[in-house]
Amino acid sequence: MNAATDGATGSGTGAGTGGGAGAAAGGGGGLDTAFVVAWLEEAAGEIARQRDRLTELDAAIGDADHGTNLDRGFSEVLRALRETPPSSPAQALMAAGATLIRRVGGASGPLYGSAFRQMGRTLDSGEAPGASVTPAAFAEAFGAGVTAVERLGKAAAGDKTMIDALAPASRALSQAVRDGLETREALTRAARAAADGARATVPMTARRGRASYLGERSVGHEDPGAASAALIVAALATAASRTAAG
Amino acid sequence: MVGVVLVAHSAGLAQETAALARGIAGEAVPVTAAGGTEDGGLGTSVDLVERAMRAADQGDGLVLIADLGSSVLTARLVEEPGRVVLADVPFVEGAIAAAVAASADLPLEAVLEAAEEARGFRKLT
Repeated sequence: MNAATDGATGSGTGAGTGGGAGAAAGGGGGLDTAFVVAWLEEAAGEIARQRDRLTELDAAIGDADHGTNLDRGFSEVLRALRETPPSSPAQALMAAGATLIRRVGGASGPLYGSAFRQMGRTLDSGEAPGASVTPAAFAEAFGAGVTAVERLGKAAAGDKTMIDALAPASRALSQAVRDGLETREALTRAARAAADGARATVPMTARRGRASYLGERSVGHEDPGAASAALIVAALATAASRTAAG
Repeated sequence: MVGVVLVAHSAGLAQETAALARGIAGEAVPVTAAGGTEDGGLGTSVDLVERAMRAADQGDGLVLIADLGSSVLTARLVEEPGRVVLADVPFVEGAIAAAVAASADLPLEAVLEAAEEARGFRKLT
């Protein structure tokens, strides 16, 4: 199990089913349950490590609870996955979504929760729901998750929100899959697009959430939601390296 | 009677607004409060929202009034078209308008409409 994740979150062992063995994310092959669990573990670990940075970003233009809220939410996600090991990628994502909606008191709970839940639903309703999904199906589900966030938060590109990291990541992922790139490379491109997107929020004026009340004074600060979204997308690439190596 | 569920970032805000709405509309109106997180902090808890919904539910539908941010997002997640609807309206004004309309035994659609009319209430003209 991922030592950094455990150390940082204090959540004990990982989710049980995510430990390398049998996980697949390399080549052009399918993405299985272990990969999705590894993604959620890596995301939880990175959020825990960067909790204070996220909270500092939020202190500048928000209410200084983003890091704490997300860290707690993702720790609960790992706990839920341990208690009820998922048997499909869709199940893992829906469990993560439901947990975030229930356990995070801030806006990021319903937003990320809806994204994961919608990803799970999209995979579940696919033509061949099962223990492994194709990169194309995963990219489509990711896009559906991003759309769910846009709908719920009524946010669009340029509003200085998590959408500014998620939407470019989704486009990069779909493009890479269409171009036939290997899965790990496709996820790495998504991660890069999300990081670029998060950085691009610095000069933006916030139009949603608490930061929008600050108007022009929100300029010059990276959006904390976009920053955490970039971490979560980066965890996809990390999980791919980890599970392919297992 | 239509129930009115107040979803706010703080327990005190939700409870006192509910008390005000019942004081103006009458104690018979099922106005319930879901404020703050379960551990008493500022934020929104879907569990508290669902509990408040059950407490206000007399079978005639529910109008949700949310203050802002995560309260609005959480309320949108529990909406059920035709049965549980979120009013797009300022918190205090919407709560009172919805409670008064509910007290007149109006159907869900009319209570929602009354609540949303409060969006345009002017105080100085």
